[in-house]
Amino acid sequence: MTGEAGALLVVEDLSIEFRTREGIVRALERASFTVGQAETVGVVGESGSGKTITAHAVMGVLHPAGRVTGGSVRFRGADLLALGEEERRGYCGREMAIAFQNARAALNPIRPVGRQIEDVLLRHTDLGRSAARDRALELFARVQIPDPPRLHGAYPFELSGGMCQRVMIALAVAGSPALLIADEPATGLDVATQCAVLELIEELAHENRMAMLLISHDLGLVGERADRVVVMHAGHVVEIAPSAELFAAPRHPYTARLLATTPHPDSRLADLRPIPGSVPDLREALPPCRYRYRCERAAPECDEPPLPRVEITPGHFVACRRPL
Amino acid sequence: MSGPLLAVREARKRFPVRGTRRWVHAVDGVNFTIEAGECLGLVGESGCGKSTLVRLVARLLEPTAGQILLDGQEIGSVPVTEFARGPLRAAIQMVFQDPADSLNPRFTAFDTIADPLARLGGVKDRRTQAERVAAVADLVRLPDELLGRLPHQLSGGQQQRVGIARAIALSPKLLILDEPTSALDVSVQAVILHLLVELRERLGMTYLFVSHDLNLVRLISDRVLVMYSGVIVESGPAGEVFTHPYHPYTRALISAIPVADPGGRRERIRLIGEPQSPVDPRPTVCRFYGRCPERFDRCLREMPALRAMGTSHEVACHRYEGGSR
Ligand SMILES: Nc1ncnc2c1ncn2[C@@H]1O[C@H](COP(=O)(O)OP(=O)(O)OP(=O)(O)O)[C@@H](O)[C@H]1O
Ligand SMILES: Nc1ncnc2c1ncn2[C@@H]1O[C@H](COP(=O)(O)OP(=O)(O)OP(=O)(O)O)[C@@H](O)[C@H]1O
Ligand SMILES: [Mg+2]
Ligand SMILES: [Mg+2]
Repeated sequence: MTGEAGALLVVEDLSIEFRTREGIVRALERASFTVGQAETVGVVGESGSGKTITAHAVMGVLHPAGRVTGGSVRFRGADLLALGEEERRGYCGREMAIAFQNARAALNPIRPVGRQIEDVLLRHTDLGRSAARDRALELFARVQIPDPPRLHGAYPFELSGGMCQRVMIALAVAGSPALLIADEPATGLDVATQCAVLELIEELAHENRMAMLLISHDLGLVGERADRVVVMHAGHVVEIAPSAELFAAPRHPYTARLLATTPHPDSRLADLRPIPGSVPDLREALPPCRYRYRCERAAPECDEPPLPRVEITPGHFVACRRPL
Repeated sequence: MSGPLLAVREARKRFPVRGTRRWVHAVDGVNFTIEAGECLGLVGESGCGKSTLVRLVARLLEPTAGQILLDGQEIGSVPVTEFARGPLRAAIQMVFQDPADSLNPRFTAFDTIADPLARLGGVKDRRTQAERVAAVADLVRLPDELLGRLPHQLSGGQQQRVGIARAIALSPKLLILDEPTSALDVSVQAVILHLLVELRERLGMTYLFVSHDLNLVRLISDRVLVMYSGVIVESGPAGEVFTHPYHPYTRALISAIPVADPGGRRERIRLIGEPQSPVDPRPTVCRFYGRCPERFDRCLREMPALRAMGTSHEVACHRYEGGSR
């Protein structure tokens, strides 16, 4: 939705489909957003809205059943989707790195986690063996892991869920990437540990001018850490805005709903109302706006293609014919 | 039957540290009970032993020592493999913390949910199975069209809903939920919370609910246990623990609950010192000593035991000798 010149990452009109036994799933349709140098961009949206597959497509690790059917991913101006496998791999680790959502499943189950970090350090930095070991221990300490030497020799199954998550983050930042994609990096961590981990990321971001794509269900966390936020629903980008503006004055009815459902310290169970309706079946022919049948503001004009993309105020984009 | 549904007595679990003769004391002498129909919340920092404790209770892990009683019957000494085949397996079910890791990669969502129905619930007829699966999938808002998918074809939150559906399919007496909502968006999270409340009202289900999200724990739990480095440091009615926490760790934890302002910076509280290693901790030292802002010399000499503070609130801290602040 933004054509910002000089952005580090530009995703434009990206579409992804999956082949399944029950038909083609159109999981992402014409998604566009950018990430500037040293910028933190948050990505929020309901479960299944396409956050993870977008990240995987950017990293070039989409499952083989998935196919990019249109659009482009440009990193420092280079079209990543046009690159061969070999060249593509050259970007991973040093230029961009991802902390996967399912940390335990994403770690190598038969290699001690300390070794896994050292592998990244040896591949992407000039550190020698013993310096790499020291650096690995230091990274563990910085993600608040007690007793780093024990952890260094431990296998993923010997770690708690949150420890795996923290190892995953240490692994992703080890090569000092220019762009970090963090997929749910902090959900499942207690608040104190969460702060420590996010502060580590922010410090590194500051030192290395690292940019970040921060994917999270936790709207409070995103609002606090991200410069801009991308809101997704059922494979569409529905709104993009600077964080403060998005939280103060969401313009897409879906964003407003999402914000209203977030629990607060004084909310009661009865206050937590799920968003009405369900996420549409992505195999079926859908109206231009995939939120149409859940939306309280829907009107006949919403059935007119194409899905609009309006810059409602500078830098604030909304894909809605009847914005708030 | 009177007495609690579940009683855990002096439960311990130790793991060997690779390449040494040392031990991780992941759960170190834990006692608690859950009444039938109650929801007990379990909170504590990452790595403190919550998953280990609930896996002991779910009989998926052998305890090093201690007793686990379900309806007065000792189940802690039944070997894990035997328990898995026994009649009580259907009575205790668990939602796992890592959805991706806990689903069989070769089972479709349908197979995963149907499996306990067939194996433990005696529902063998294919049509009845299909009806039951569709009904629970609907309860957790897992769309029908996803039932034929394998785990890798599902998003993180979709996988988590499959795990919840599998666990509630048999309406177990005791449902253990280990971070059940960590991969769920706020909307589905609300659905699950309302569902838990409804199942409890309708079927009298009992919950042990582990979560880092203290707002959720406060909303859903009757009582709360606060764990720190393998031991329970505080327990009491949820309302009381959240409004009048005693233990310095609980106080730090609760003061860190984010304020109701998504645009603003969260208040940062940081405990001093290093988190203590759970490897062979000194038995006479309070586990929280290294990070406690209120420590004094006695805390180094004697590990505090849980003491009653009023009728149902307990705390393990030398600061609260004799039941007062
Ligand atoms: N291999 C696959 N085959 C078919 N559909 C898939 C496949 N992988 C993902 N999908 C579908 O694509 C959609 C987007 O998935 P994605 O993992 O990006 O969601 P997400 O926004 O990250 O959700 P969550 O918050 O639950 O992690 C989902 O509906 C999912 O079921
Ligand atoms: N199989 C194992 N072998 C060795 N150590 C283990 C094993 N399982 C757990 N541990 C250790 O036990 C401690 C407690 O882990 P546990 O998974 O119970 O923590 P947790 O409270 O659930 O943390 P989280 O909130 O991060 O999930 C950790 O120090 C962990 O490294
Ligand atoms: Mg995801
Ligand atoms: Mg755990």
